[in-house]
Amino acid sequence: MIAYLARRLLATIPVLAVVAVLVFLLLRLTPGDPAAILAGEAASPQQIERIRAHLGLDRPIPVQFAIWAGRLLQGDLGESFYYKQSVASLIAHRLEPTLALATLTIVLAVAVAVPLGVLAAWRSGGAFDRALMAFSVLGFSVPVFVLAYALIWLLSLRLGWLPVQGYRRLAEGLGPFLQHLALPALTLAVIYVALIARVTRASVLEALGEDYIRTARAKGLGELRVVVRHALANAAVPIVTVIGIGIALLIGGVVVTESVYAIPGLGRLTVDAVLARDFPTIQGVILFFSFAYVLVNLVVDIAYVLLDPRIRY
Amino acid sequence: MQRETLSVEATALRRRESAWQRARRNASVRFGGAVLAALVAVALCAPWLGTVDPSLFDAASRDLKPGMSGEIMTLEGELVRHTFLMGSDSFGRDVYSRVIYGTRISLLVGLLSALIALAAGILLGLLSGYVRALDGVLMRVMDGVMAIPAILIAIALVAMWRASLLTVIVAIAIPEVPRVARLVRSLVLTIREEPYVEAAIALGTPAWKIMFAHILPNTLAPLVVQGTFLCASAILLEAILSFLGVGLPPDVPTWGNIMAEGRVQFVEHPHNVFFPGLFLTLTVLAINILGDGLRDTLDPKMAKRL
Repeated sequence: MIAYLARRLLATIPVLAVVAVLVFLLLRLTPGDPAAILAGEAASPQQIERIRAHLGLDRPIPVQFAIWAGRLLQGDLGESFYYKQSVASLIAHRLEPTLALATLTIVLAVAVAVPLGVLAAWRSGGAFDRALMAFSVLGFSVPVFVLAYALIWLLSLRLGWLPVQGYRRLAEGLGPFLQHLALPALTLAVIYVALIARVTRASVLEALGEDYIRTARAKGLGELRVVVRHALANAAVPIVTVIGIGIALLIGGVVVTESVYAIPGLGRLTVDAVLARDFPTIQGVILFFSFAYVLVNLVVDIAYVLLDPRIRY
Repeated sequence: MQRETLSVEATALRRRESAWQRARRNASVRFGGAVLAALVAVALCAPWLGTVDPSLFDAASRDLKPGMSGEIMTLEGELVRHTFLMGSDSFGRDVYSRVIYGTRISLLVGLLSALIALAAGILLGLLSGYVRALDGVLMRVMDGVMAIPAILIAIALVAMWRASLLTVIVAIAIPEVPRVARLVRSLVLTIREEPYVEAAIALGTPAWKIMFAHILPNTLAPLVVQGTFLCASAILLEAILSFLGVGLPPDVPTWGNIMAEGRVQFVEHPHNVFFPGLFLTLTVLAINILGDGLRDTLDPKMAKRL
């Protein structure tokens, strides 16, 4: 087990390294001179040259990468062109809303999707199953910002149940915090519910066809126990996998959702940084999101071993 | 010997034909395909569907409700009466015309992004599957690209390149390449072990013929399925880029741009967001339903997994 953990941890290092190289190259090997952008329209060539030297942009690419990677290892993501502060502290300040939104979305989605998927598998082919599958296709297809406006129109403008936009910090009280997050989390959860419910249904359905289910029924266990303790427990691995993979969807969704609901999180920061062509911030945010994605999937891999005693490494 | 060759090829041919025929009878394929065909027709016939030039605006016709009529100045400076079926935006542009013309951009981006991603992915996947020396490096790079959320790659690339139709299409295609490459690689590796390929090798079939006559046709079905889903996600991604204000310039009539313009006055004029949103949802839904149907009929192995 410990050997497996160590191996799995080591295996993420090359992926993170490749990500770091790609993110670095993404912003360096493309047309557009960061120094000229930073200097502004009216800058003289000398001024641009001075900024270039100051940023180290006049050195060869491999040297630039080595310096950049060395700082990265110390947690230094550079200085934002636009906000004039360190990217790391910028990310730290914007982390709470994004983390809160993502966590609430996952909790909501899993709590809704898993029971729905199990129910659909249990009565597969029935009306509920077909309705859920239809919803799942629809959930994949409705763009998150279209859904966001539909929900704002219905729940905020028509019914007046929830605030339209904005964010309250957890420190300002749990009530307002949840009230402001409810609509964004609901919006984001839909596509996630579609994804998780579909995979839950498929893997529970597969488990229900196994011999041990027949055995469990034959020895007189109740249906609930058969479906939950035997089928769902055995179907857990694909479900956890899809939650991990879905984090990529969630990150994409966060960027859009934060923009619609005016939530001052990392997604909003990404868009603002792109609009301001603030390269260090763009780099930092992409790196942060990608590392988070890789780490979540590392946790998922480790969770397999705990969830499924059949898996031995 | 001769007869055996014939029967092996005949069986392969029969199976392939029946899968495509099955697909054509599938209800999802028919429904999704029909809606998509209608959208293509709308895109092609955009000038003849009661539209005006989508860039025309008239200050006197600002913020009209759907169905109201008003005046609009043509490029020749002529003032014409026009019924604003979907209302007008805050510049006095006809939302209906913009939405109809937006169909062109969405479908074009979806199609071309999917084709570029498929072409690049097939090339990299074949290289990875055949050239052992490249496999390790290529797949590590693909893993790295896949670890970066697609939307972030696309946003960053468009920001670097300055948005134009071409850069948006390429920026959307790039993050999708690894998925295609991995699919092609795994297909190549499995198909190489299939009995009919072994049989072909045993019969002394030349390598190029094995590749083109035996391996390539069998990667076609999963690639068509993958391509449909790529197309749907490319259309979504383009809309998101436009909506966030980092995609095509705001005067270009894309569904995302219309929504971005409409969101400012969403409370008073929700239709400026809902009409393009409806078209976008319908398009993506049709393509996804088509893809589901194709997957169920063409690629039963993949269908069972989901």
